[in-house]
Amino acid sequence: MASRTFQGRVVIPGTVSAEALVSRGGFNTLASYQTALLLGDKQVKCGDQNNPDLYKKPMAGRAICLPETIGSTTGGMAFYTVCALEKGPACLLFSKTIDSLAAAGAVLAANWTEHPMPVVDQLGDEFLGYVQDGMTVTVGEDGAVTLSDPEPDATGGKK
Amino acid sequence: MRLTEEQQAILDGSEGEVMAKVMKTLVMYGDIYGAERMVPVTSELGHTVISFGISVMGPVYDLYDQLINAGVVSKQEFTADPLPLDPNVPSGPIRDIVFKIMYKYQDRYEDQLKRLGLRPGGPHEAYTCTSYLPEVGNTPKQGDVLSWAESSAVVFANSVLGARCNRNSGIIELFGSIAGVVPEFGLLTDDGRKADYLVKVETSKKPEPQLLGSAVGMHVMDKVPYVVGLDQWIGTELDDEAVTYLKDFGAATASNGSVGLYHIENLTPEAKEQGRALLREDAEVYVIDDAELERVKASYPVVWSNPNARPKLCFMGCPHMTLNQIVEWTDRLERELQAAGRTKVSVPTVFTAAPGVLEEFSKLPQALRLENMGVTTSYICPLMYMNNPLAKAMPVITSSNKLRTYTSARYYTDDQICDILCGRSV
Repeated sequence: MASRTFQGRVVIPGTVSAEALVSRGGFNTLASYQTALLLGDKQVKCGDQNNPDLYKKPMAGRAICLPETIGSTTGGMAFYTVCALEKGPACLLFSKTIDSLAAAGAVLAANWTEHPMPVVDQLGDEFLGYVQDGMTVTVGEDGAVTLSDPEPDATGGKK
Repeated sequence: MRLTEEQQAILDGSEGEVMAKVMKTLVMYGDIYGAERMVPVTSELGHTVISFGISVMGPVYDLYDQLINAGVVSKQEFTADPLPLDPNVPSGPIRDIVFKIMYKYQDRYEDQLKRLGLRPGGPHEAYTCTSYLPEVGNTPKQGDVLSWAESSAVVFANSVLGARCNRNSGIIELFGSIAGVVPEFGLLTDDGRKADYLVKVETSKKPEPQLLGSAVGMHVMDKVPYVVGLDQWIGTELDDEAVTYLKDFGAATASNGSVGLYHIENLTPEAKEQGRALLREDAEVYVIDDAELERVKASYPVVWSNPNARPKLCFMGCPHMTLNQIVEWTDRLERELQAAGRTKVSVPTVFTAAPGVLEEFSKLPQALRLENMGVTTSYICPLMYMNNPLAKAMPVITSSNKLRTYTSARYYTDDQICDILCGRSV
């Protein structure tokens, strides 16, 4: 199984392994979360019609890989809420330096919920160019992010 | 980060566990950006983006209960974003039931805001996204340090007023008002206010503010643009017309991207004082002409289930309209309806503005004329209204690029909106 490791900066420490979900453009936090939260969607499907990478895809428990977040200043509150409700992402992995809204969400989740999410930033453009939906992402305590192809299933296809 | 003795003591628990956690959150927030110190919040008033008691945000209200129960409240009074409900706005019995379920914590939350430090006043007076307008009175001075959230208000305060505020999230902005200090980084620093982009406006006519802002936001994202060529269309003085334009332009840059500050050559305060010295040496160039605006507009997805549906509602005022804007729209609609041989708008229409602005408007002769044309005025947040799944299924039109971004509302330019309201096809 091919794998590749990228080194980033630890924003919120933690270790986790999860399936990658990739937004090549800015992740609009409010637009992505508001419909799923309002409808009580357990999978937390992305509601941002302007994000063709994520629209209608489940976000709960995924390793969200993104350049940065954009949009409303309710963004950090949205991250805090999904984490408190145990519907948050497994982790947030930024190619750039984390923006102030996502940073707020990350520190709020770390300090005020029982379910903080590991956050790594400054992983670089190459990381975002390489990572694909469905890859297995493993985040280390030191900010190392390892990407592996999905394991083949019994029929030889990919899971 | 180097903390003062007092700040360190708070972090160590001198004012209780909850206050220590508030300080710890602010310190961690600043540490991410290498902030070396906390700086005092100097504005008279704060502003919070969270104005809604929505059922799914229970953890937010539980957190605020923790603050209130520990006596940890804001050191400054603050205004808040617009309310999600207003009986003036066209609805229906089923939709009203859904609203009640959705916003079941509204009373609880409004009570929490009062306890936390919401500015007292008349009913709903403190609730608007345009708190900086003179009719509302939360207008920071140049150089003031703010702990605000609400993307459109933050970008306006930074750019048009020359105040200093980061793009804070909801909750964090309240923490800054509680602690009376914020970590110094980003847009609070001189270096963070330098421009990363030179944006050249080379259009053949005055660009729609919300379309131009959308193009800029989508291109520069979180960077600071220095815009040249716009002063030829909106002048070099911050008069009512220019302020209205920049309010809408900025809201689009902040919602379609994540701009927290822009400079307009020969117009905004720092651009007037420092000119192109604000540009970083390696600033990138982005040229916006007619074709680029068309390309951006054509990229907007239409998410109506029937793209050819007849509009059932029109929202104008996201962010809330200025007094000048409502008056001009009233005069324009009157002229255009008359030319079209009509007396009333063809689509139920809501103009939204701050309670203080609506009060001033109600004293003008245009108020009755607008009502007679069938237009409703309201202090509501259109975005919150559109969150109702039943509203979402409706074909709603708007010239707000912010509303388009977050909801199923369809964007049209001001000219197109006017044509639709006057019964002309687009």
